[in-house]
Amino acid sequence: MNKFIKWGLLVLALGLLGAGWWLGLAWAPPDREMGDVQRIMYVHVPLQWMAMLAMFINFVAAVAYLFKASWKLDSAAEASAEIGLVLGTAGMITGAIWGRPTWGVYWSWDPRLTSEAIMLVTYTGYLVLRRFVEDPEKRATWSAVVAIIGAINLPIVWFSVRWWRSLHQVQSSPRTVDPEMVLPLRVSAFGMLFITLFFMAVRYRQALAERQAEVALPDALPGDVPMSASHNPSKVA
Amino acid sequence: MSTTPPRPRAIGLVAATLALLRKDLLIEWRTRARLNAIIFFALATLLMFSFALGPDTKLLEKNAGGYFWLAILFASVLALGESFRVESENACMDGVRLAPADARAIFLSKALGNTLLLTALGALLVPVMVALYGVRIVTSFMDLGLILLLGCLALSAPGTVYAAISSNARARDVLLPLLLFPLVIPALLSAAKATTLVLQGDPMNQFNSWLGLLGGFNLIYWGVGFVLFPRIIED
Repeated sequence: MNKFIKWGLLVLALGLLGAGWWLGLAWAPPDREMGDVQRIMYVHVPLQWMAMLAMFINFVAAVAYLFKASWKLDSAAEASAEIGLVLGTAGMITGAIWGRPTWGVYWSWDPRLTSEAIMLVTYTGYLVLRRFVEDPEKRATWSAVVAIIGAINLPIVWFSVRWWRSLHQVQSSPRTVDPEMVLPLRVSAFGMLFITLFFMAVRYRQALAERQAEVALPDALPGDVPMSASHNPSKVA
Repeated sequence: MSTTPPRPRAIGLVAATLALLRKDLLIEWRTRARLNAIIFFALATLLMFSFALGPDTKLLEKNAGGYFWLAILFASVLALGESFRVESENACMDGVRLAPADARAIFLSKALGNTLLLTALGALLVPVMVALYGVRIVTSFMDLGLILLLGCLALSAPGTVYAAISSNARARDVLLPLLLFPLVIPALLSAAKATTLVLQGDPMNQFNSWLGLLGGFNLIYWGVGFVLFPRIIED
């Protein structure tokens, strides 16, 4: 990737995040029920959306890897899982901070919280597996299988836990969003999207460089860039 | 007419599965190491729950379904890990892989073998649970048997895939539960809930919906395991 595009992405991301959060803190009206506490939404919701996006990219890369093995797809899977885990954890922490003043507790066994927690544990397991397998080809195949199995589980968890709660009591907080809150949310979501893409690009190139260093024969898998091309890494990303 | 010697026939999926299952069961029968280990482990787990909670029989009775399935889950980690450790001795896995048979037969035979083992364990644990926790079976034995079978099937399919992976990785004893536990939450939840309904009566007729969830989980994971397993053991 072009250096200008990469750093431009970061500047754009930080600019949008700054603007979105300024709008959210100073311009948007406070929530009728929750007051100023609700302004954490402009951090929390974009984080969760991007965590979902990263996990989805991980799933797509894993499926694609099983059809056509390539280090690029494996690196993309590793990068997206790591970044998704970071974003999801940050999203959960901001959610807990939001939950304390509004629900009175940091944590509740609400379907969304439960499925989020299971998602984080699932992808932690995925990353632990990647650390514990030395052979890069086996690591790539096995982690792709684990990523697919884990991703299929998430909708089941979501629905099963909702089902379970509905037999007892549901603690939900349906929030309708005021149009004046939409703009800051949208701006900060795009800022978060660009910063996610920036992280992903950086982490992807690191992962690809690690794979190339690990594999003795660079052409071991078809469709990969040979070692000789690694002096020109801009082609890779 | 012709006198050419019969060529070796490629063996079908079902025949290969049965042959492998027979081999695993024979090993199990001759050593009985795995079954003995998991029976005592699960019994100890059931006993530990009653100590951890103190002698509050009401509490034990109320949560018996959950403790029963946790005991099976913990024991399943031992059983699953062991099912592939057997193959790593003397590089047996390479031999099985070299056989002219469908690699998916290995998945089916291992997963069925684990299901049989866990179901047998569960059947042995039921009277112990009844005695220790003071519960009684309200609806019917058939329902409990069905839940037991479906629950053990649900633990075995993803468990076999993950055991095959973790048996070749470093720190496999940590890896298997770390991968398996979050995955089987829906199965564990529905099995424990349905067992509780069997033990405490089902006035709202919820049993079938939990059974449906468990069946759906099984369909998905037996299918996914069947398709993806050959990719794990390829070399």
